Amino acid sequence: MKAGLALLSALCLTACGDVVADTKSPPAQPQPLQSGYKFLQPQTQALQDDDFANPGFLWIDRGEALFSTAAASGEACSDCHNDASLSLAGAAAHYPQIDAESGDLINLEGRINLCRTRHQDEAPLEYESDELLSLTAYVAYLSRGTPISVDIEGAAAVWFARGRDYFETRRGQFNLSCTQCHDDNWGKKLRGDTISQGHGTGFPAYRLEWQSLGSLHRRLRDCDSGVRVEPRPYGSDDYLAVELYLAKRAEGLKLETPGVRR
Amino acid sequence: MIRGLPVLAMALLAGCGSEVTSRFATPVEITGDGIAAPLLGLQGDPERGKAVFAEREQGHCVLCHAVEGLDAEFQGNVGPALTGVGARLSDGQIRLRIADAQSLWPDTLMPSYYRAGGLNQVAPAYAGEPALTAQQIEDLVAYLGQLDGERT
Ligand code: HEC
Ligand code: HEC
Ligand code: HEC
Repeated sequence: MKAGLALLSALCLTACGDVVADTKSPPAQPQPLQSGYKFLQPQTQALQDDDFANPGFLWIDRGEALFSTAAASGEACSDCHNDASLSLAGAAAHYPQIDAESGDLINLEGRINLCRTRHQDEAPLEYESDELLSLTAYVAYLSRGTPISVDIEGAAAVWFARGRDYFETRRGQFNLSCTQCHDDNWGKKLRGDTISQGHGTGFPAYRLEWQSLGSLHRRLRDCDSGVRVEPRPYGSDDYLAVELYLAKRAEGLKLETPGVRR
Repeated sequence: MIRGLPVLAMALLAGCGSEVTSRFATPVEITGDGIAAPLLGLQGDPERGKAVFAEREQGHCVLCHAVEGLDAEFQGNVGPALTGVGARLSDGQIRLRIADAQSLWPDTLMPSYYRAGGLNQVAPAYAGEPALTAQQIEDLVAYLGQLDGERT
């Protein structure tokens, strides 16, 4: 139960004052910091742990094949990215990040699509298409076990602030914010689910409910829909910003693609 | 729960010019920390209320609350158990807690089920509508009100 005074001051702020959001300081990380994996049933954890049983590897195997398939330009991803040059080991743990050329915030999907358009004369792939999911999962898998670490300085600062704002703002018919579930109530039971700390470190992840691999943005759309919010589109600026906020908040955890979730 | 503070909250809201009652789907009169009169004067039915409480397509209150003895698997514990809630709270208090818990406890996770306005980014299918109808809420009040610790 909350202390009476804290509640009282919260009331005063809501009723009378304009609360000025603190967007600069680093996010308050849930303590102890725990991946969503920790909150799964043992049999779901076992599925994630076993590389032969983990259904996410179907996509990773397809991604690996696509990675070495020649594109319109004649070059495959693997022609530029191999152990000797532009190795991608560890790269995925530092996304989202600012693309130096355009100045925009991009996530891993966006980065892959930039290589397609800039280096391969190909059209960008659709969000949630089997090809983009497969390539993203493969590239993320090359960083499995790498600690998340993202830059929120410079041009990324406004994105970080925007992501934090989305995370903390109440929305939808149920009028709830991400922070109310994933900072204030993790560990508690929402029907058959245990609410986790809401980290994106397992994504793209295989969800039993989807019977498929899916992107982090698909998971965010599910959380938004759950409180009867109109979800943002895949790849939208709001979700990119949230993705950056989540990554900063998850710093210290390791990338674990392909995660398996309920 | 901290008694007395809800009244203060109401006073503060009133003091700043916000009308608590304008948040509701239909006009509602709040007395103390309750809504004494049934919504739209409707009569509730406890059996229907039990279904509203348990079913995903209706209130789905078991997402967050457990009632001992209720036939529903995986009841949540984000909210307090409501076993025996009728012995603790009056019908009027239960009614306001369902209709607009967020006016009593601004930071709560408990949704306001009879609120229709002043919300942000609501999915079009739900915009402008309360999450439950007046009849569903009266059914819930009838169901929860008779949970005295003996009945389920
Ligand atoms: C009403 C509670 C609730 C709200 C509000 C909510 N979530 Fe969730 N979220 C859940 C539940 C339940 C799950 C599934 C179990 C789990 O992994 O936490 C989940 C899962 C997640 C996951 C996947 C975690 C994993 O390891 O697989 C992420 C990321 C996430 N939420 C982020 C968000 C963000 C961002 C918002 C706001 C835009 C949000 N959530 C709003 C309840 C909520
Ligand atoms: C013709 C060369 C070329 C091809 C083909 C190519 N890339 Fe790249 N890639 C680059 C270069 C160069 C960079 C560094 C950033 C830049 O200049 O665009 C890069 C950067 C990346 C990064 C970010 C690395 C980091 O450390 O942040 C990823 C991920 C990536 N590429 C994935 C892919 C994938 C997946 C494909 C195939 C769909 C692909 N690339 C095809 C040249 C290429
Ligand atoms: C997303 C979570 C959630 C859902 C869904 C939910 N509640 Fe609650 N409820 C809570 C929480 C949390 C509290 C405690 C209030 C507080 O201190 O913030 C609460 C409090 C209550 C109380 C007051 C209990 C007391 O002892 O004071 C009643 C009555 C109640 N809820 C009924 C319902 C009904 C009926 C429904 C479905 C129509 C429902 N709740 C759905 C989270 C929820």
